[in-house]
Amino acid sequence: MNAIQFILAGMLAAATPFLLAALGELVVERAGVLNLGVEGLMALGAVIAFIIVYHGGGHLIGFVAAGICSALLSLVFAIIALVFRANQVAAGLAIGILGQGLSALFGKSYESLTVKGLPRLALPWFSELPIIGGLFTQDIVVWFSLAGTLAIWAIFTFTKTGLVIRAVGENPKAAHAIGYPVILVRTAAVAFGGMMAGFAGAYAAVVYTPLWADGMIAGRGWIAIALVVFGTWLTGRIFLGACLFGAVSLMGPAAQATGMDVPSQLLSSLPYLVTIIVLGIISADRRLLKLNGVASLGEPFER
Amino acid sequence: MSRPALALLPILIRRDRASLTATLLAPALALAAALILNLGLYVLLGRDPVAVVHAMLLEPFLSWASFSEVLLKTGPLLLIAQGLAIGFRAKVFNIGAEGQFILGAIFASALPIWFPQATGAWIWPAMLLLGAIGGALWASITAFWRVRLNANEILVSLMLSLVAAQLLYYLLLGPWKDPNGFNFPQSVMFQYDAMVPTLIPGTRVNVSLLIAFALSAAAWIFMQKSFMGYKLQVGGLAPRAAGYAGFNQGWAIWLSLLIGGFAAGLAGAAEVAGPLGQLQRSISTGYGYAAIIVAYLGGLHPIGIVVSAFFMAALYIGGDNAMVSANLPIAAVRVFQGSLLLAYLVAITFVRYRLEWRHAGHRNTS
Repeated sequence: MNAIQFILAGMLAAATPFLLAALGELVVERAGVLNLGVEGLMALGAVIAFIIVYHGGGHLIGFVAAGICSALLSLVFAIIALVFRANQVAAGLAIGILGQGLSALFGKSYESLTVKGLPRLALPWFSELPIIGGLFTQDIVVWFSLAGTLAIWAIFTFTKTGLVIRAVGENPKAAHAIGYPVILVRTAAVAFGGMMAGFAGAYAAVVYTPLWADGMIAGRGWIAIALVVFGTWLTGRIFLGACLFGAVSLMGPAAQATGMDVPSQLLSSLPYLVTIIVLGIISADRRLLKLNGVASLGEPFER
Repeated sequence: MSRPALALLPILIRRDRASLTATLLAPALALAAALILNLGLYVLLGRDPVAVVHAMLLEPFLSWASFSEVLLKTGPLLLIAQGLAIGFRAKVFNIGAEGQFILGAIFASALPIWFPQATGAWIWPAMLLLGAIGGALWASITAFWRVRLNANEILVSLMLSLVAAQLLYYLLLGPWKDPNGFNFPQSVMFQYDAMVPTLIPGTRVNVSLLIAFALSAAAWIFMQKSFMGYKLQVGGLAPRAAGYAGFNQGWAIWLSLLIGGFAAGLAGAAEVAGPLGQLQRSISTGYGYAAIIVAYLGGLHPIGIVVSAFFMAALYIGGDNAMVSANLPIAAVRVFQGSLLLAYLVAITFVRYRLEWRHAGHRNTS
């Protein structure tokens, strides 16, 4: 198997934590809220899922519990940022620090323990294709994430729910005047984002690298937030961005397997460097951000 | 919750003017709330809450030895938080102080590592200066990305912190590793002249604490008395007004980030030239992130930050104590820090708002 096949086969799985968290943050930001606590929400979901799977609870319960716990933590953010109208940047950072602290606290006695991941399911016929066949052999969570991406795209494109979320994010005063419960919609979006971050963390901890290590999220929550900007708040572009980061995070192992003499620290910082560079390129196009950006992002709503 | 139930809850009404009482009470109320929440958590974890409180909040002040360690930790937190607060007031969210701190430590270490034989009283001041320059240079990447490329400074500065940590590991596992260090990821011990002089004999408290206090005074003069500081604050509070007044927003971003990077780099240099005496993998125990909390808890005011830095330093030492005597994982300190900031953010809401109860029959129909 050459490096390209290796990256193609692993790309979607590596992309899944980015994708799930970024889709959640997309919904949050579309509703006009900036939640910077994704890293901590992922860390909490990761440790909850790991503990449950380690004690034999199974992956399904692990994912559900991770989603619920992270959604609850994100509701704390919602109350502080939306009801008490606190600075969203500071509240998000605080939730991030709290989530990472709770993750380290709960995971203390599980350090370096492992669990079993999930089997990969091959799509018949497609997985036999040369070179790109590896793309079609994925675990069930990846398939669900792809379906979820489509669903979120469809919700924003075709449904009234999507329209209400966007209205609340673009012009909360007008949305309120028409009679939509702005705070309630935003709270629901934040809880959804928290749940998705919990799923993302769970996937990272019990499927992608089923081994517990403190700090295992390693900046992926922050990259997910950057992905929403890269994708200019569009579902399809966020999916492509997540795939790019999945591929970039596999370049380290791929380079090492081919025996290239590159410091491993450089390979580890590759995703961060790519984030910085791409963020610069996309943001430099001010028109692009203005066109797709969310008008009231980060501003508290007051009647 | 149904609508009648919601109507029983009090609502927030904007005050005519900000409440000074609420401003001063907020940190104390936040501390009380965070304490209650965390004690509940310790009970859930099966720890003795009385023992934890004793170790965390009292022991740091009970002996001169541990109190001097609190003073030692106050230095870096105070330096970083003063720098960050200036940016935060200008609404420039530099959250990459951790990376600027690491770069400061690396720049400062270059001197004793490359010139281990050098002697003279100029070495430690030169290291502090190099560190401050290193931190400012690292922050200038974020400033360039923000001003020239319009990129979000929160994301860029944070990513640069993660890169800085990898750069540190690379140096300590490769070119700067102590050849006689049994393969530990650390540099050689620095020579005597590379150490910041001790301030209080018999403790590890060094002159850098004085520098931190001096720069706090400078921050107070800059923010409260200088026109430049005033322009920064206007840019943060009312960016459009600042624009009409001809205050250059790009300039404000550069200045905020350079000040923040300078202070964090100085703190990093003081750490390797002070208590550590070498470049290590664990040079920072999250100072860059804790300083964000210090800055907010101090109300982004130079004097408030002196108090909150001291308090946060005590929390660090208390956390170490609780780890030993109450078997509490050190992560509990981070949980406490996070919940403290959340509680504070709720508490300061009441600076600008007051609660009003809706009475039955007196229905508000706005």
